[in-house]
Amino acid sequence: MRQMIIRRLLQTIPLLFFVSIVCFAMIKLAPGDPVLSFVTPNMHADDIERIRHNLGLDRPAYIQYLLWLKQLLQGDLGYSLVNHQPVLGQIIDRLPATAGLMGSAILIAVLLAIPLGLIAGANRNRWIDKIINLIAYIGISVPLFWLAILLIYIFAIKLSLLPSMGMRTIGEESIGDVLRHGILPCSVLAFGFLAGYVRYIRSSTIGQLKEDYVQIQYAFGSNKWTILFRHVIKHVLLPIITLLGMSMGDLVAGAIVTETVFSWPGIGSLGMTAVRGMDYPIIMGITLFSSLLLILGNLAADILYAIVDPRMKVKG
Amino acid sequence: MTERLLSVDNLKVSFATRDGDNQAVRGISFHIDKGETLGIVGESGSGKSVTARSIMSLISSPGRITDGSIQFRGQDCLTWSEKEWRKLRGNRISMIFQDPMTSLNPLKRIGQQLTEVLRRHRGLDRQQANNEAERLLREVGISDAKTRLRQYPHEFSGGMRQRVMIAMALSCQPDLLIADEPTTALDATIQAQILDLFKNLKQYSDTSIALITHDLGVVAQVCTRVIVMYGGLIMEEGRVEDIFYRPQHPYTKGLLGSLPQRGSGSRERLVPIEGTPPNLLAPPSGCPFAERCPQAFARCAEMPPIVETEKGHYSMCWLSHQAATADNHDLTSEGVEHNE
Amino acid sequence: MNQTKWNHLKQELFSSKPGIAALCLLIVLMLGAIFAFLSPYDPNLMNAGKPFSTPDGSHWFGTDDYGRDYFARALYGGRVSLLVGFASMVMATAIGVAVGVISGYFGGWIDSLLMRALDVISSIPSFLVLLLLSVFLKPSVGNIIVIIALLMWMNVARIVRAETMSIKEREYVLYARASGQGAGGMILLHIIPGLIPVIIVGATNNIASAIMMESSLSFLGFGVQPPNATWGSMLNSAQGYIAQAPYLALFPGLLILLTVLSFNVLGDILRVGLEPKLDRR
Repeated sequence: MRQMIIRRLLQTIPLLFFVSIVCFAMIKLAPGDPVLSFVTPNMHADDIERIRHNLGLDRPAYIQYLLWLKQLLQGDLGYSLVNHQPVLGQIIDRLPATAGLMGSAILIAVLLAIPLGLIAGANRNRWIDKIINLIAYIGISVPLFWLAILLIYIFAIKLSLLPSMGMRTIGEESIGDVLRHGILPCSVLAFGFLAGYVRYIRSSTIGQLKEDYVQIQYAFGSNKWTILFRHVIKHVLLPIITLLGMSMGDLVAGAIVTETVFSWPGIGSLGMTAVRGMDYPIIMGITLFSSLLLILGNLAADILYAIVDPRMKVKG
Repeated sequence: MTERLLSVDNLKVSFATRDGDNQAVRGISFHIDKGETLGIVGESGSGKSVTARSIMSLISSPGRITDGSIQFRGQDCLTWSEKEWRKLRGNRISMIFQDPMTSLNPLKRIGQQLTEVLRRHRGLDRQQANNEAERLLREVGISDAKTRLRQYPHEFSGGMRQRVMIAMALSCQPDLLIADEPTTALDATIQAQILDLFKNLKQYSDTSIALITHDLGVVAQVCTRVIVMYGGLIMEEGRVEDIFYRPQHPYTKGLLGSLPQRGSGSRERLVPIEGTPPNLLAPPSGCPFAERCPQAFARCAEMPPIVETEKGHYSMCWLSHQAATADNHDLTSEGVEHNE
Repeated sequence: MNQTKWNHLKQELFSSKPGIAALCLLIVLMLGAIFAFLSPYDPNLMNAGKPFSTPDGSHWFGTDDYGRDYFARALYGGRVSLLVGFASMVMATAIGVAVGVISGYFGGWIDSLLMRALDVISSIPSFLVLLLLSVFLKPSVGNIIVIIALLMWMNVARIVRAETMSIKEREYVLYARASGQGAGGMILLHIIPGLIPVIIVGATNNIASAIMMESSLSFLGFGVQPPNATWGSMLNSAQGYIAQAPYLALFPGLLILLTVLSFNVLGDILRVGLEPKLDRR
């Protein structure tokens, strides 16, 4: 197993390297001259050249890349073209809002999806499966922003129960207030995740129930629920680790649309504003950050899987 | 006097498929007495595994028992609820399956899987169940049982896993053990070891065994009585000696003909049976074997009767019928011998 | 791809009520998109009715903030949405099949190279890239099709690669290769026909995700630009009038939902139908 983990770690390094090259290339290819953002109307042409030189923009591309990489490794993602604040700082400022929202959405989705998927799979083609399956189908097919608009209309406008925008009521500093603001966006996101997870768990439950060891459990007097929640559940939960690992990438970028609809002050909204304002360093920062999360999430999932699955210990 | 443990009467099982009903078992009757070992022999698709599953009421949709009755210790099982069945399965009747590699849950320790059964059926507490599991493993010839209990299935070889399955099946000293091709997936040497386990079991306990196999060699070693199945019907039934020395049904003869004979000096040729088993979606109305039978004649288009050719030896064949009716004219003749 | 497979497929499709419903719905939507010009109102004609008039006999979906007939707009919007969906699907499938077949058939370093490239591209959050590219490039329908296709081909490539590797080992293919068939002929004559089932399934699912991506993009205002509408951009403007005219938000969203749902349902049915072993016992 140790070998497998080391091998996975070694695979990750070139992956990160290439992702960084792609990101760098995108910055370089972006229209517009980055120097211009430092230029004030009364600057001399020489000054502009000096800035260009200071920024290293007059040197060959690979040198620029290495310089950029060096800064990157020091945690320097550059400065926003709009407000000239460090990119990393802005991302970190916004991180709690997004992580809180996505984290709770994923958590709720997983906790609901496990029983729903198991029950649907175990009662294949009965009415309960049909209902759960229909909900899951709708979940993967509904545009989440539309769902968000509908929920805002019902709960914020018609019933005036919940706030429709932002994360806090101005002047109020309570956790309850944040939670109330979070209910709608969190429900929308959770529904989206839930649908995917339920379908996954359902089909893997159906697959597991056909396995010999399940049939044999029946032959030894187990009932359906014992088999489902003592035997099958382990097989179904293992792949969820992988699923969660893949969700790590969404943690940052996946909420763009939902955060925009609800004006949730997270990384998604930051990214949206940056795209509107052509603020490349911010966009690149977010892209890099979420790629990193995605890659590390997958890595962590694989390692965790290897630790949890007893079969992996022998294969190495 | 032997005690009747299980009797099956006119059992029919079919599976609904896209193309119609697959009649896997088409009306079979047999019985198992206490302490005996019954071999159920047949090619794949002959309905032997389905029969075994029916005895444990493990036929699930799209399959169902369409007719017949099954009695276990004199009680009609088919009326039992699922809950009553669960008390019986793994307890009074238990089952071992063909492929030991997939029989155990790969994600649970051997110990957990064994004690789960012990605690469910025998109401032992955790500690007692652990000790008992250890004893059971030793009994089926697994050394270092204590460590083994903490291991996962993948750390066991195929033969060892089958031993675990046997230990699990015997954990509640069942009245009936159904073994569905228990040695088929194993190497020859391991096969012999597992068969020895069965012989021991036969000798030292009064558990009845139903051994399902396509291998007549296995039957010869451990069984007392044999039924031969083909196309969802029982072709021939009798004591092992009857079947091996005086086979009546052409199908049984065919099976014996395709068996390599040990110690018969010259190398005998294996004679395979020509043709393929009948299509059970639309089974022939007559003898299912007629199409492949070297001795088939016009009458075989009708379903043959079951004829008792000697005490406890039955054959479902027109040839046996003819011989028997001929014998009826001459009841003084002792044995009912048939020679070709 | 043989006759029995098609028959299974037909059986699977026509024996499932959701399948028939999905098929009918898609046919209606497509006819609506194709014959949108038959609608009595010009979708961009302002004041075809009073602004914000609720749905009635003459304006089935009501009118929007400029008094434009919302039903006509929805028909024309569907035209763009479906067009983008189909075109991106075709493009993505073509790229995916090409990469997958090459990777799976030749194996070795070509395979490693292509698969590593795939890993890199998949490691970058696609929606972000989608936004970014739509800012770099001018947001025209053509560009959007290309961008969406570029982000979607990876799934097809993965499935096709796996399937190619398995087909490659089948006996009739090995035989053809042993008898001296060249790589090009092998791929066209023996590999591709075997791939058709997975390609159909992948393509159906891809239309669904392409329509979804396009509508998200248009909803955020980076898709097709006004006065042309798609369902997504209609939702974008409807969002502002949600309190006054909720029906403006209802219809386009419902249409997206139904379209994507139908494609997803069809995709699943096709998957079961084309691989009968999936459901056999």
